[in-house]
Amino acid sequence: MTFIAEAELQSFVLLRLGDRRFALAASQIAELVAPSRIFHFPNRTPEIEGVLLRRGRIVPVCDVAERLLGKTLRSRRFYLIAQRCYGAQTEWIALPVTGDCELINAEMTLPTDTDAPHVAGWLSHAGDVIEVLNLAALTPGPNETLPAAAPVHAQEAHT
Amino acid sequence: MRPTQLKAAPVRTEQIILFRVSGQLFAVSSASVQEVRGMDTLSAIAKEVALPDLPKVKHYVHRGENSLYVVNAAMHFGLRPAPPLLVFVLRRTRTALLIDGIEKMTTMTRLQALPLAFCHEERVWYRGLTAIDQTVVPVIKPDGFLTPDQLFSLDASLLPREFPNTYSPSEMDSPL
Repeated sequence: MTFIAEAELQSFVLLRLGDRRFALAASQIAELVAPSRIFHFPNRTPEIEGVLLRRGRIVPVCDVAERLLGKTLRSRRFYLIAQRCYGAQTEWIALPVTGDCELINAEMTLPTDTDAPHVAGWLSHAGDVIEVLNLAALTPGPNETLPAAAPVHAQEAHT
Repeated sequence: MRPTQLKAAPVRTEQIILFRVSGQLFAVSSASVQEVRGMDTLSAIAKEVALPDLPKVKHYVHRGENSLYVVNAAMHFGLRPAPPLLVFVLRRTRTALLIDGIEKMTTMTRLQALPLAFCHEERVWYRGLTAIDQTVVPVIKPDGFLTPDQLFSLDASLLPREFPNTYSPSEMDSPL
């Protein structure tokens, strides 16, 4: 029984945006890096703030705080570099986060039909219910229309 | 037996020109630039063209049988307009590009495809991105400034003046 229970546990990285926490599957995370220079150039994708140069790779920076919280967060401590799938192709994308990140093992509850598209599931951790993020729905990509920015408030419920 | 010596594959490089538009740095392959002209030489030969929905093109010049359209790069990229000083005539296109100035010529060793997160017009604008001296620079696509539809509209707008009416009612109806 214990074996079955442990087998259902998955690894997640908890990230902080302002006073809220969200989660991403640990398998999607490449690294956590200190803030570095963001390079800007003209483009028409408003969700992308710019690019940063990391290990010789040019990584787009996507500030998801506005979509998740309804406001842009000025303070940022790290960039969480995650792998974003575009069909068969995977690329890095940098998400600004405002606090430390934490690796946890937890069991994910699948989303329901009423959840926003960016919700891949839910975790219960340390008294909080935390959204697991679906990067494909949260960050832009070709032939994908992001749903209108509708911040989901107070979904990190305290239990 | 001698150990086989592995030769490193030669790095493919490309000569590029770094240039500025409204303070923003861009790169273009030097093979894509046919001519660099000063604004003074252009203004002597350029004629006006006006399409209300294409404000980035205000002039054209005759080049052989074709017309070259002069594109204001700042307006194309949505940057704050600055008085341009130079014009790039882009090879194998019908575009002459107004720019602020040339920064330098250099060599790029790697062109990274534009990340797929960029999913709008910029995919037409840029061949990709490159890192030069720890700075990320977009590398422009020479044929990304005017679409075939825009070229068609521009050509059509020139027709009346390039091919004057063979029938002019005022002339024909006037008494001899």
